[in-house]
Amino acid sequence: MSPPWCIGIPHPPLFLPLTPQGPLYIVDRRQNQRTGGRIVTPIERFEIRIAGFGGQGVVTIGKILGTAFTVYEKRNSVNTQSYGPESRGGACRSEVVLSDGEIYYPNVRKADIFVSLSQVAFDKYISGLDEHGTLLIDPNAVTAIPEQNQYKIYKVPTMELAHEIGSLKFQNSVALGALYPLIQGFVKEASLKQALSENVPPKTVDSNLSAFEKGFQHIQKHYKLS
Amino acid sequence: MNNKHVLKPGTYYLQGAQACLEGAIAAGCRVYGGYPITPASEIMEHAAQRIPQVGGRFIQMEDEIASACVLLGASWAGKKAMTATSSPGFSLMQEAISYGIMSETPLVIVDVQRPGPGQGYVTTSQEDVMQARWGHHGEGSTISLAPASVQEMYEFTIEAFNLSEQWRTPVLIMTEETVAHMRERLVVPPIEEIQIIPRKKPQDLGIPPEDYLPWGHDIVAPMANWGEGYNVNHIGLVHLEDGNITQYDLEMHDRCVKRLQAKIEGNVDKIAKVETRYIETCKHLVICYGSVSRTAIEAVMEARESRGLDIGFLRLKTLWPFPEDKLREIIESVDTIFVPEMNLGMMKHPITEALRDRCKKVVSIPSLGSLHTPEYILSKIHEEIR
Repeated sequence: MSPPWCIGIPHPPLFLPLTPQGPLYIVDRRQNQRTGGRIVTPIERFEIRIAGFGGQGVVTIGKILGTAFTVYEKRNSVNTQSYGPESRGGACRSEVVLSDGEIYYPNVRKADIFVSLSQVAFDKYISGLDEHGTLLIDPNAVTAIPEQNQYKIYKVPTMELAHEIGSLKFQNSVALGALYPLIQGFVKEASLKQALSENVPPKTVDSNLSAFEKGFQHIQKHYKLS
Repeated sequence: MNNKHVLKPGTYYLQGAQACLEGAIAAGCRVYGGYPITPASEIMEHAAQRIPQVGGRFIQMEDEIASACVLLGASWAGKKAMTATSSPGFSLMQEAISYGIMSETPLVIVDVQRPGPGQGYVTTSQEDVMQARWGHHGEGSTISLAPASVQEMYEFTIEAFNLSEQWRTPVLIMTEETVAHMRERLVVPPIEEIQIIPRKKPQDLGIPPEDYLPWGHDIVAPMANWGEGYNVNHIGLVHLEDGNITQYDLEMHDRCVKRLQAKIEGNVDKIAKVETRYIETCKHLVICYGSVSRTAIEAVMEARESRGLDIGFLRLKTLWPFPEDKLREIIESVDTIFVPEMNLGMMKHPITEALRDRCKKVVSIPSLGSLHTPEYILSKIHEEIR
C-alpha cells in the first residue's frame, strides 16, 4: 500500500539498500510537496538496532527514535526491546523498525544501522547487521571488530563526550546525536530533539540536548557525509 | 463518570501495556485489583498511576486469587473492574473465573502470557490459550480476545468491557509479552465516539423489585447492583431463576448450566471475529492469532510474491467462543492449513476439528519462548509445499 503522498509518483526503488559510499542513500531526489521541499523518499522498511549494557539508556534511545518517527514525522515505527533477567547488566538491546507502509513483523530482520555501546553487545548482535550496514560504535568500549568487513563504520567516543557534559548518564543522548546525521533523510532534527525532551527527566533536558549536539558535531567534524 | 483525565484524542507512542490500561479507562474501568508479575507488571504500574487520576480505586492484593476476587465484588457494587496477570497468576485466577461464569459477573482479565510449565520463563508465549477456555472447573464458556498491535490492545480492551457487560461473563484478553512491551502508534478517538455498552439493568426495563428474578427474564438476565433495593440472591451453586437453591432438582440444574453455555456458544456469530486476506479460492492457508499473525502475514505476502504460492491468511481475533461456523462458511476447500503458534500446537486442535473435511492436512508450526521469524514460517511452508 502506497503512503498517501506517493499517489501519482512512480516509486520503483522502494527499498533502498545501504551503499558503502555513504549513509545517506537517498537516491530519489525529487522535491516533495508535502514536506515543503525536504527530500522524502518512501521507506519500505528500515531497521535500527541499539545495544549496550543494561543501564546505558539504549531502551530510551529506541523510545525517542520511535516517538520522533511516529508522532512527529507521521511515519510508522515499532520499537521492541530485549527482556528478561539477562538484560540486567548483560547485553541489552532496543530495536526500531521504520516504514511508510504497514509494519508487520515487529523485530529486526537484518539491521541497516547497528549502534553498539559495549563489546558484549557487539559480539552478541553483530551477526544481525546487514553486511553492507552502518556501524556506530564507541571505540573505547568496542575494540574487537572483525577485520574483514564491508560495514560503514563510525566511531564516536560517547563515554568521553558524556563526561565532558558532566555525567555518564548522557551517553545515550551523545549516541543519539551521532546517529542523527546517519538517518537525517528520515527525521528532522527538531522532531528528534522534541522527542528527546519528552523522554528524559525535565531537569536534565538541557544537558541531554547539549549531549545530542556533542555527538552530532563529532560526526560532522570527523566524517564527510554526502 | 469522571472523564476529565481520560487520555485525550490524538496520536501517541505507547507500549501495548499502557494502551491496554488506557483502553480500560476509556471503557469506564474504575477499579483495578492486582498483583504484579513479569511480563504483566507494566499494566499494573500504569494502573497505579492512572486509575486514581480518573477517580477510581487501585488496590494491590496479596496474590492473584484475591486480585480476581476483587473484580467480583467491585463488579457487583456496580463498577467496571479489571486485573492483569501472566500465566502462573492466570492459573490462580481460574477459581474466580469459574465463579464469575456461574454468578454471571462482568469482569476483564488480561493475561500477558509467558512460557510454562511452572514458572517457565519471562519471554513471550501463547501457551494459555487452552487454559482460557478449559482452565476453570465446570462447564460454561468464557470470551477470549487476541490483540496483535498496540492499537488493538486499546480497542480490544474497550471491546472486552463491552462484551463482558453485554453478556455478563468474564472476558479474557489473551495477549503476549511481544505486544505488551512493543511500542507503536496509538490513535485515540474522542471519548464521545467510543461506543460503550452498559449492563442491562432491571430499573431500565421497568421491572419492580418484587418481580425481579436475578437469574431470569432473558438469556442474559438484567443485573441489579447490590444496594439498589433489589433482592439479589447471589450464589455460586446451581440455582433457580430467583436464586433459590433449596429446591434442587436435575431439571433445574440442567436449565441453569445450559443457559450459561448457550448465551455464549449460541451467540458466536455476534461475539467472534476473524480477519482474512487472499482468502478467495486460495489453495493453502495460514491460520493464526495474536502477535504471531504479524509474522505470518509477512511470510504469506513473501510466499505469494517471491514463490507465487497461492496461500491465504486468516486471523482469529476472538479465540473463544471458537468461530467454527464462521470458518466453515469462509473455507470451502484447501489443501494444507498451517497453524503457527507460540506453543506446541494448541489451537491446531479446534481448527482441525472445525475443518476436518475441508482440508487435506493441518500442519502446526510451533515456537517456544520467542516470536517466529518470517523466514522460519516460510521454511516450514516450503518443506510442506514443494
